[in-house]
Amino acid sequence: MNALPPASGCAPELATLERAPILRERGQREVFCGLTGIIWLHRKMQDAFFLVVGSRTCAHLLQSAAGVMIFAEPRFATAIMEERDLAGMVDAQDELDRVVTKLLARRPDIKTLFLVGSCPSEVIKLDLAKAAERLGTKYNPSVRILNYSGSGIETTFTQGEDACLASLVPEMPAGDPSGEKELLIVGSLPDIVEDQFMRLFDQIGIKRVGALPARQASDLPNLGPQTRYLLAQPFLAETAMALEGRGAQRLDALFPFGAEGTTAWLQAAAREFGIDEMHFNSVIAGPRERAKRAIEHSAAQLNGKRISFLPDSQLEVPLARFLNQELAMEPVEIGTPYLHRTHLARELELLPQSARLSEGQHVDRQLDRVREDKPDLTVCGLGLANPLEAEGFATKWAIELVFSPIHGFEQAGDLAELFARPLRRRDVLRV
Amino acid sequence: MQLSVWTYEGPPHVGAMRVATAMEGMHYLLHAPQGDTYADLLFTMIERRGKRPPVTYTTFEARDLGKDTAQLFQDAARDAAARFQPQAMMVGASCTAELIQDDPAGLSEAMDLPCPVIPLELPSYQRKENWGAAESFYQIVRTLADRKVKRAPREGRRPLVNLLGPTALGFRHRDDLVEIRKILDALGVDIHLEAPLGASPQGITQIGAADFNIVLYPEIGDEAARWLEREFGQPAVRTVPIGVSATRAFIAEVAELAEVDPTSALGDDSARMPWWSRSVDSNYLTGKRVFIFGDATHAVAAAKIAHEELGFKVCGLGCYNREFARDIRAAAKLYDVEPLITDDHMAVEDAIMAAQPELVLGTQMERHIAKRLGMPCAVISSPVHVQDFPARHSPQMGFEGANVIFDTWVHPLVMGLEEHLLTMFRDDFEFSDEAGPSHHAAHAPKKPQASAALQSAEPEAPAPTVAPVEAANDTIWTAEAERELKKIPFFVRGKARRNTENFAADQGRSEIDLDTLYDAKAHYAR
Repeated sequence: MNALPPASGCAPELATLERAPILRERGQREVFCGLTGIIWLHRKMQDAFFLVVGSRTCAHLLQSAAGVMIFAEPRFATAIMEERDLAGMVDAQDELDRVVTKLLARRPDIKTLFLVGSCPSEVIKLDLAKAAERLGTKYNPSVRILNYSGSGIETTFTQGEDACLASLVPEMPAGDPSGEKELLIVGSLPDIVEDQFMRLFDQIGIKRVGALPARQASDLPNLGPQTRYLLAQPFLAETAMALEGRGAQRLDALFPFGAEGTTAWLQAAAREFGIDEMHFNSVIAGPRERAKRAIEHSAAQLNGKRISFLPDSQLEVPLARFLNQELAMEPVEIGTPYLHRTHLARELELLPQSARLSEGQHVDRQLDRVREDKPDLTVCGLGLANPLEAEGFATKWAIELVFSPIHGFEQAGDLAELFARPLRRRDVLRV
Repeated sequence: MQLSVWTYEGPPHVGAMRVATAMEGMHYLLHAPQGDTYADLLFTMIERRGKRPPVTYTTFEARDLGKDTAQLFQDAARDAAARFQPQAMMVGASCTAELIQDDPAGLSEAMDLPCPVIPLELPSYQRKENWGAAESFYQIVRTLADRKVKRAPREGRRPLVNLLGPTALGFRHRDDLVEIRKILDALGVDIHLEAPLGASPQGITQIGAADFNIVLYPEIGDEAARWLEREFGQPAVRTVPIGVSATRAFIAEVAELAEVDPTSALGDDSARMPWWSRSVDSNYLTGKRVFIFGDATHAVAAAKIAHEELGFKVCGLGCYNREFARDIRAAAKLYDVEPLITDDHMAVEDAIMAAQPELVLGTQMERHIAKRLGMPCAVISSPVHVQDFPARHSPQMGFEGANVIFDTWVHPLVMGLEEHLLTMFRDDFEFSDEAGPSHHAAHAPKKPQASAALQSAEPEAPAPTVAPVEAANDTIWTAEAERELKKIPFFVRGKARRNTENFAADQGRSEIDLDTLYDAKAHYAR
């Protein structure tokens, strides 16, 4: 590593300085497990049902994380393991057959059933792949039965979506491997955002575009060597490997947050598909300008403010880049549960050298650093937000960044507003 | 395996968290994988606590299994003891850690931690949240209570009492305590200890110095109270003061054990509920059918209030905690209903649909069910929701609690005088069905006023073109009967329709005419 330049060192010298090594931490993690992804995945795939095979804790987690936001009979449930299942008094596989039969009888609308592994089912080594295969044969072709693990011992929060999408990859039809190139958008997006992107790709001139996950899990897009894929979310490492295993090629790009990120993301596809640069620019000029205007509303509030991210969804790096690049915020610490160096390479290049990157978590030490850094805004989970507020720190709930539409041009202003609102509120309140 | 969508209770370690979080100077070391930290948000978001629950999660991962999870546990225990310097530490396992059998009790014993350790064995695959809270509190008391503590002679001092059972995330525990303190103050009884809420491990050591105990929440406090009865010979007050007569009985029971005069506490003139219930406007409450479901203590208390203090008719009664099923069975017998003991909310929904109550008293779960079924509802019990932690004082216990209950249960119903006005003026366009009762957003009708007025005028005109309407069970309504049905106030019309159709089906009538409608009315008349 280079020697430290003198304190008066000018900008060009600083730019050549290597970033401080990434802080890797191990300890208590204040994050959700991968099961939580079911809350948005089941809304996205309207013909799919998610059956967690787990404990009362799993059921309680889903209910607490989902809260009453979606009370109605949702398209997820938990098969709660009981003493008899563990003591070997009953065969867990038989029990699972019984529960699945009961469920499918009550919900004939289900076309895809995900058996979702949990910490306890992983620890007792309940073979859900075997169960999915057996039940799949029984219910073929009316219901497809897949499995993945959302357990906390293997997955952190958004990694549950990664595992779920990876389980769909082998099911995707091959299409025409020697045919025209096709574009695949990977990562669940709210329908309205997906539609906006589809319209833009159409106007740009890319006609063959699919999305994973598809709105109907029974209607998966093609996948093969003809596929070029764009990641819409930064947490899809396993899915990306599975896609590449079937010959698809990743288009390297910034993630589509803010005017710049969205432009770069769309442009990566346009270039790959040989779209004329002038035409591309003319298509995106309008929405890009609109995004910049919308972001401008929050600029004064956020300009120069210092922000720390506690690890949560793996969205931290691209969001820090957006806030720094387009709103001149100063990232103090960017914590992330897992840092995918390849997928995030372009994002990392754009981050200021001063930002401290941390991977993993030791929550007590991390909170000590927050208290020392005194950022203007701290992005953190629901368990930490009110305690930090009570200590005088402004916070932004990280989970809102996962549940709200934040991708693309039309949402860039909303994304900026999510960070500006807690600060504005503090300015407004006189109580 | 049990197929479950929503649960009334969390796992038992969440009950232990409610006890730990309620206390000062206590820390809970939980052997658990990442993700179990979700439980923190129950306290910081639902209850809006400004502090993290005092819980350290060891956070083991798949790669640690079979290697060093025990080491991880011990490191976490040492770190937590050093960082938080608790007066005592609870140690235990969540559901996953229970399976890997690291023996937190043995591990922590071997470590010689600088504070007393309370090992917890909470079988996650058999038990649930309330049981976990009760067991944790019992173990804390048993481990920490100094058995050499003796009660001072009664002469020349005021009686001393322990209040047992309030926890973090409890349904109105915070406000109930205020009311209980008021009563005890009026009686001249001093509170020695409130626990677990607000108690410290050091405070618990002296628990034996009180003359007697008051078990406010039996689901959580009774286990410990029974041990204290045996160990220190402390008798316990077990009447739960929810409702006017229960509050009076509670005061009498406390006064007797404390050997004081109950008159001052009984004469509390803030008890408005009896007069509110006797005033003429409450006449319309008579015989309203209520369905009650919750934890056993709150459900039993609600049934007694509904029956004796508001003149409702209990048409369903149940609880989700099997441990207290006996109390529900005994109460159900009093009101001549079938007790419903289940933790399956779908079974509760079926029971509510079958009972067709006019008011549902339940948990947040029943609130949603009632909303779907279009029934008025008030919440009487855990599981809690952010709305169950209001900013204002809103107790369930004591005379003020009874006042709160009167308002909370009666307001969702159509008000007495308003009910008559709606009947008298139902043909007036401003009282059309779309307007609804005034407190149900009447001023934001779903349809424009003009069309509402038109619709309410329509039934007056002869409608020979109206085709007979087919009922759910294949009986046919004549146009005339259908018009008559429309004249019945909207808030009972659905029930009248169902009753009439059931009656017709029972009688084997394939057509519902005016006579059938009025025969059914006579049949179901109370």
